[in-house]
Amino acid sequence: MTAGELAQQLKARFGDLISAPVEFRGEFTVELSDAECVAEVCDFAKKQLGFDYLVDITSIDNYGADPRWTVAYHLYGYGHRCALRLKTRVSEEVSELPTVTTVWKTADWHEREIFDMMGIRFRNHPDLRRILMWEGYPFFPLRKDFPLAGKPSNVPEVAFTNSAPLEGGPFVTAAGGKSATAREPRVRPAETDDHPEIPQAAKEGK
Amino acid sequence: MQTQTEIGYNSKVEGDVVHTRLDAAINWFRKNSLWPMPMGLACCAIELMAAGASRFDIARFGSEVMRFSPRQSDVMIVAGTVTYKMATAVRRIYDQMAEPKWVIAMGACASTGGMYRSYAVLQGVDRIIPVDVYVAGCPPRPEALLDALIKLQGKVGREPFLSLQKRVA
Repeated sequence: MTAGELAQQLKARFGDLISAPVEFRGEFTVELSDAECVAEVCDFAKKQLGFDYLVDITSIDNYGADPRWTVAYHLYGYGHRCALRLKTRVSEEVSELPTVTTVWKTADWHEREIFDMMGIRFRNHPDLRRILMWEGYPFFPLRKDFPLAGKPSNVPEVAFTNSAPLEGGPFVTAAGGKSATAREPRVRPAETDDHPEIPQAAKEGK
Repeated sequence: MQTQTEIGYNSKVEGDVVHTRLDAAINWFRKNSLWPMPMGLACCAIELMAAGASRFDIARFGSEVMRFSPRQSDVMIVAGTVTYKMATAVRRIYDQMAEPKWVIAMGACASTGGMYRSYAVLQGVDRIIPVDVYVAGCPPRPEALLDALIKLQGKVGREPFLSLQKRVA
């Protein structure tokens, strides 16, 4: 049993809900078109396809695009030793999808982390609290529109935050620079980057 | 006024009597038994442990008694990254320490936030508690910490202890 075959089985069961599996460097990814079905699909993946281990759940902020959020589930099976990535997209207006704690208990903390850092809620989660930041912290720091330096906040008796001095930063590296001088971290605003030593392809992130 | 007098004592000459100033005597006791409160928050704490172990041996400077109770310690060694979430706890532990008390900020993170210019990290522990000695390094070598301790001992030794006391009529 290979990961590709398992992905095909998932597609065979759910039809149009699941996209055709995409292979990249031996890893298979399927996209789920309706985030509301994620618990159902995961339940099938665990019980019928043997994905007994949820490695991680991550979230991506596609800032400026719609739908804004991507939630990625990384599945693994100790029986067949195959991995599969399941992605689904959630719009900013909804920002909510069903929990998979009913399938894998380990999803509890993964979902809490996504809620804490990105502000995506998980319906019917048993204990949806912040996990890294404290209760009362008003922002979601991993969102693209949140500044790296942070924002001031204060929860009396618990914690406060201030903006960090970036001294002209953030300091960013440029991949593809010819010399070490061109590659090392510098103050490099994305819009006004005219560094002659950096190839155009590297600037565009290709 | 400087009170860095070395106490030279020759029992044959002076019998059982030592002449000194109270300031100097008290500071001498204090500076040679600075008990640390190890506020180990990140990798600097590993170097702090090395400073306590046999190769570097912080006991040579009278500071081997790591007290995990703030009530029994004199100097807080903040070793590591102070996050905003931890800041309140650090402040509270500092408040619980009995006077007189001193603080060593060990390493770049405790001194300035270090490489963490970030929403989650306090930009230097001196934003919440007064720091006596800053130690550079990421992490500093145990020798650097011991040097900071010697510097602090110098500072404790120069403290005009009696003139700081309130006069009771």
